[in-house]
Amino acid sequence: MTAYIIRRLLIAIPTLLLLVVASFFLMHTAPGGPFTSERPLPPEVLANIEARYGLDQPLWKQLWDYLTNIVLHFDFGPSFRFKDRDVNDIIAQGFPISLTYGSLAFIAASVVGISLGVAAAIRHNTWIDYFAVSLGIAAQALPNFIMGPILILTFTLWLGWLPGGGWNGGQWQYLVMPVIALSTSYMGNIARITRSSMLEVMNSNFIRTARAKGLPARTVIWRHALKPTLLPVISYLGPVFVYVLTGSVFVDLYFSTGGLGQSYVSSALTRDYAVLLGVTILYGGLTVVVNLATDLAYAWFDPKIRY
Amino acid sequence: MFGKSERAEELAADITDFTAVRGRSLWRDAMDRFLRNKAAMASVVVLGLIVLFVLIGPLFAQWSNEEIDWNRMGDIRGQGMPSIETGHYFGLDDLGRDLYSRVIQATRTSLLVGLIGAAMALVVGTAYGVIAGFYGGRLDSIMMRFVDILLAIPLTLVLILILVIAGRSFTTLFIALGAVSWLTMSRIVRGQTLTLKTREFIEAARAGGVSEPGIIFRHILPNLMGVVIVYASLLVPEMILAESFISFLGLGISEPMTSLGRLIAEGAGTMAYGTLWQLLFPLFFYVTIIITMFFIGDGLRDALDPKDR
Repeated sequence: MTAYIIRRLLIAIPTLLLLVVASFFLMHTAPGGPFTSERPLPPEVLANIEARYGLDQPLWKQLWDYLTNIVLHFDFGPSFRFKDRDVNDIIAQGFPISLTYGSLAFIAASVVGISLGVAAAIRHNTWIDYFAVSLGIAAQALPNFIMGPILILTFTLWLGWLPGGGWNGGQWQYLVMPVIALSTSYMGNIARITRSSMLEVMNSNFIRTARAKGLPARTVIWRHALKPTLLPVISYLGPVFVYVLTGSVFVDLYFSTGGLGQSYVSSALTRDYAVLLGVTILYGGLTVVVNLATDLAYAWFDPKIRY
Repeated sequence: MFGKSERAEELAADITDFTAVRGRSLWRDAMDRFLRNKAAMASVVVLGLIVLFVLIGPLFAQWSNEEIDWNRMGDIRGQGMPSIETGHYFGLDDLGRDLYSRVIQATRTSLLVGLIGAAMALVVGTAYGVIAGFYGGRLDSIMMRFVDILLAIPLTLVLILILVIAGRSFTTLFIALGAVSWLTMSRIVRGQTLTLKTREFIEAARAGGVSEPGIIFRHILPNLMGVVIVYASLLVPEMILAESFISFLGLGISEPMTSLGRLIAEGAGTMAYGTLWQLLFPLFFYVTIIITMFFIGDGLRDALDPKDR
């Protein structure tokens, strides 16, 4: 197991490196930059600005400095747009917000999705089952950017129950809609996967044996059926986390929560490459870590897998 | 005594009826199964109607998607609603442009994006996966490690990155979608190739002296088609979703071109002013396309997946 973890970590390093290097070169080959404007700057001024951000150095030197700064100081460099802020400030300000409702959405999607899926499988062909199935189908057509407008239309414009956006220190009224918008489609998918997995498990031989020896239904489900049921669900949770991360870009923008996604999109539009690169690397790194965690959880849940 | 017996006639018909004896190909089987799937067939019909609407709809349009109706643009809420009289069947958008024409154009974009994205994934992913799986060994592990690395990166962010850096245009969009969509396809194809490679008929082909490209094209690829088609059909709605998401953020293709995601974003931005049709028309087309696509994909999987017979 330890050897497996180490091997996985060793794969994670070139992954991150490739991500950084590829995005770095992509951005530096792009025509135009953050300092290209309609009114061209005098060449001396431009030269000074470029020297300030180290853009006059050869490309490999820039890359090397960038990499060493990240590795040694966890420093993503200064923002090209905001003179008084660097990328770390922007991340420190936006990321906790995105992380708060992101993890809430992740937990909500997993807990509600799994419970619904299990309930649907146990009460096969009842209204709970039909509800879970329809939610699973609707989920595919209701991604976050469709749910957002629908929620605002219902809860803010028609019912007037919830504020239409903002953060306000993370009060619950401001959290409800971002979390629902972000989690609905994954909730549906998780419910669908859990349901079909559970139905399959409930038909297997060891469950029949457990029933035959007279165990109460509760024990059969909790002790025997749940763990194998969750295996395919767990392998789906890694991708869900990534979707929640990218979905948070939408939520930040649409609900004006002030999270990282807002900076991401605005930096993409103003070509503030430093911020764009920093956030991409942060999200890429998180993805790698979560994928690792998923694989480990999978190994823990499935005793057949040995490394 | 030798009078006409209906029973004898029936038997004679049975004997001469060669259709019952003729072997049924796997494709014929799959086709039958798909045709029997009610949800999938209904979806094909609905999707066909939408395609028809996109093709024929422009003939009935009285305004182009770029024209601004200057007479009504001052009072969109009062005069811009859907009506037959004004020629704006779906109403006006926020700038006074005809929503009917814009929805047609957006639907066409979204359908194209889905088809081309999936087609690119199909070609690139299949080629990559077959090569990795068939030749195996070190080449395989290098190629697949590369895919693993790329898969570990949030693809929507990569998509945004490519679009920002290479400029927002139709071509970039398709290239960017193609660049991120082939990864999972190549993995699936590789896995299938690995199992196919060891089967007896491949061995027989080798023994018979068929060249390696011959084996790939004549024996491996046809056997991969089922899986590939199923996965590609599930990719179509995913591509449409990804494009709509990016367009919603304002990073997709630019005006006067539009896509359903962009129209939904615009409609969502103005819904507080009582012009709900700007949201509902594009939303309706979007949701219909996605749901029908998923049903068709599911139907194809049920029809082509030999495990679920």
